[in-house]
Amino acid sequence: MSDTGTYLYAVARDEVAACPPGVADADVRTIVRGGLVAYVSSVPMERFGEEPLRRSLEDMDWLAGTARAHHRVVDAVAAATATAPVRLVTVYDGDEQVSDLLERRAGDFAEVLAQVTGRREWGVKAFVDPASEERPDERSGRDGCEQAGKPGKPGTAYLQRRRANLRGREQNRRQALARAEHIHAALATVAVASRRHRPQDPRLSGRADWMLLNGAYLVDEGRVAEFAGLAEELGGGGIEVTVTGPWAPYSFTVMETR
Amino acid sequence: MTDWPARGVSADEIILSDRLPAERVSLVDLLDRLLAGGVVLSGDIILSIADIDLVCISLRTVLASADTLEDA
Repeated sequence: MSDTGTYLYAVARDEVAACPPGVADADVRTIVRGGLVAYVSSVPMERFGEEPLRRSLEDMDWLAGTARAHHRVVDAVAAATATAPVRLVTVYDGDEQVSDLLERRAGDFAEVLAQVTGRREWGVKAFVDPASEERPDERSGRDGCEQAGKPGKPGTAYLQRRRANLRGREQNRRQALARAEHIHAALATVAVASRRHRPQDPRLSGRADWMLLNGAYLVDEGRVAEFAGLAEELGGGGIEVTVTGPWAPYSFTVMETR
Repeated sequence: MTDWPARGVSADEIILSDRLPAERVSLVDLLDRLLAGGVVLSGDIILSIADIDLVCISLRTVLASADTLEDA
């Protein structure tokens, strides 16, 4: 095995004019074959070999830096032309293997690129504000207290209040989930394709409120305003909807592994 | 912790502004896509992250680091 490998970022039909540096600050170059363009850079195998990589992946700074560098390249290409992003850290022995790949999988890449042409990925997240979620609980708690309202039976009142709280919380949860289903279904009618990512852990999202929906939507460029408008309308009533994008079509470039 | 990661932009901002610069993209939103999306290749590949169960590793790493991460 040689000292360097060929890191593959994305495949497109066109060469873009300028590309930012890639992972490990390396220059990005292209490999052209059969009407397809692969965006690659050379990476040192002492960092990107299997064993070093296994260790590196446990290093958050390394993962963050690599993810951002990968994204910078993919994003620059995707901003200019229809692009099939490749999974983070895909490393080949050399350029020849990438060239072979373009030829061998030309049909699959063509299919993926056709699916994303003239379309961009948008992310939509829905959050329920814990404060608005708690309010009904407190209300039912107070009611329970008044009904039980006899001094001297604080234990009974407490239990009733607690039961009402739990019931209320469960009900809120069900309602919020139903709302998320509705939001996703409505957005999917405007999108060409849609996909739900796992809701982010509050420790990662940096928000205390509960993420109900973490969706990705492939939207025709001509329908972006309609999509954004709909996303905005679907919020409200204690549910906050945020939109991110446009993204390179990361969530919609699934190719069968072969 | 600062306000990492940034919240998404509102629908208004999208239509007015163009696109988020790559530096401002929330790392978590990015990892959602980079770890679960993109073309997965096999064959001549030396290594693919798919070979190493990256999703498990990274989630563990990310979770473990979330408290200490100041900025991204």
